[in-house]
Amino acid sequence: MAVASAENTAVRQASAPAKPKRLVNAWHLVGLLAIFLFAVFPFYWMVATSLKTQAEALASPPIWVFTPNLDNYYSVLFNRDVLSSLINSVIIAVSTTVLAVGLGTPAAYALARFEFKSKEELWFWFITNRMLSPIVVALPIFIMARTLNLIDTHLVLVLVYLTFNLPIVVWICTDQFRGVPRDLDEAARLAGASRFTIFWRIALPLAMPGVAVSAIFSFIFSWNELLYALVLTRNTARTAPVAATSFMSGYDLPWGEIMATGTLIVLPVIVFALIVSKHLVQGLTMGAVK
Amino acid sequence: MSSGTQPGTPAKPAVFPTMWNNKRAAFAFLAPAVAALALIGIFPTVFALVNSFRRYNLAKPRDPTPFIGLDNYLTVLYDPSFWGALGRTFMFLVTVVPIQIALGLIIALLLHKPGLSGFKLLARLSLVIPLATAPAVAGLIGRLIFNRDFGVANAVLAFVGAGPVEWLGDTTNAFIAVALMDIWQWTPFCALVLLAGLTMVPTEIEEAARLETKSRWQIVRYVQMPFLLPSVTVILILRTADILKMFDTVFTMTRGGPGAATELVSVYIQRVGFRVFDQGVASAQAIMLLILTIVLARLYVKYVYREV
Repeated sequence: MAVASAENTAVRQASAPAKPKRLVNAWHLVGLLAIFLFAVFPFYWMVATSLKTQAEALASPPIWVFTPNLDNYYSVLFNRDVLSSLINSVIIAVSTTVLAVGLGTPAAYALARFEFKSKEELWFWFITNRMLSPIVVALPIFIMARTLNLIDTHLVLVLVYLTFNLPIVVWICTDQFRGVPRDLDEAARLAGASRFTIFWRIALPLAMPGVAVSAIFSFIFSWNELLYALVLTRNTARTAPVAATSFMSGYDLPWGEIMATGTLIVLPVIVFALIVSKHLVQGLTMGAVK
Repeated sequence: MSSGTQPGTPAKPAVFPTMWNNKRAAFAFLAPAVAALALIGIFPTVFALVNSFRRYNLAKPRDPTPFIGLDNYLTVLYDPSFWGALGRTFMFLVTVVPIQIALGLIIALLLHKPGLSGFKLLARLSLVIPLATAPAVAGLIGRLIFNRDFGVANAVLAFVGAGPVEWLGDTTNAFIAVALMDIWQWTPFCALVLLAGLTMVPTEIEEAARLETKSRWQIVRYVQMPFLLPSVTVILILRTADILKMFDTVFTMTRGGPGAATELVSVYIQRVGFRVFDQGVASAQAIMLLILTIVLARLYVKYVYREV
């Protein structure tokens, strides 16, 4: 199982022979602190820069000690209209996640439970979509959306994000449904429940961990996505990552504002990801360990 | 999640076969998802395929879009920029992935080693940060950190008496800088996948081995490696697919420049399609990329889902 690590480690520590080797421990500690610094530093630097004035941000050598101020946040949220981009991102990411889970879980249930011809090919087709480069779909979608007057709408991104969200939901949830015993479904069927009731009332609640993991992934991937959003939106439906790149013209870049926008995009996801980190890691490593 | 990950084979023979052999029910559950994915996945891909046989330039909306057979494909086949982008993508892959796996293994071993559980928890949680960072924002951070004048990378180099290095203005260094940001972002993924592999090693075996030998390397090589191989395969294939798709980080960090030094294949196709506006040629390139991806995905399923 992917992340039973906490429990496993506890067991291991209890049974491992206790040999207090100070030197080994010191290196272990240095290594762990190095991991922490490596992982956190670029993020820290972004946040720090977002709290600097333009002069402080462009100082050479870089300034490490300064008085933080929130001017950049005020300026991007209200003058640069990043606020409405963030709202767009929330609307799009939530809608596409709900849609992906709604469409994907019944499909995953069918792939895990039913026997039918070319089931494997179908499953494979779902997974292939996950590996598809967005650029392959972005070219034709752009022309189609232009013809249908869907450029710069929430709808087009909600739909197009299904190309990667739906495969994630199908992939993770198929695995999850397979882990739920069939006996309950079969007993319910004998008791006269309809197939949909069985799926909705019995299998789905038991598969909730997998559903949650796939929803988390759908949300994060949609929230972070740039290529489709860049190609398919202009102003009204502009998402936050597009807003962040929109400052990148001209010679003197407003680094404080750029990093403030970056922080507004990344910080909520990190807080959310830390809260659900156990599930997140479980989803990431899914399929890696069997 | 033991062994049953392959579709088609039920974990045990169905006790109630008539219930699970109902094609109509299976169809009802699958139809909405298949229809949705066909509409947004297959239909556009077919449209791209059709466009790849046409002369189609978005900058000339009045021009007709005649079918020109395989001309676009020939253009792509003889286009050194396309092969350059593909070669660069391959170079990026072979530069970045071995480093990510090696660093990831070191991190995983440090996190797996008994003791210091508080610090281990801290380190493991910190790994979530690069993973959760939007690649577009990672590119922006990279652009700031590797700035020649006020970037913190050059400040660190100055501290040890080196530099300043022209990072993003120089072809080789820009490639290295983008690679470093990718290593920052994706090493945690490799570490967590490898750590999950390490926790699969039965504790008794690991401890027996520890009594046998003091060599850390021997334990890794002979006891833990067999359990890590599936993880390594997954990393290789997912990272390959990711790098073929890679766009956001490069776009925000360098826009593929200087020149074409960091223009990976997805960035190149985006430029041809949306900045040169040649949809016909870009579609042909995208279709070729698609074929490459499908081959890779096949390999993925074959090696990861059947033989492990």
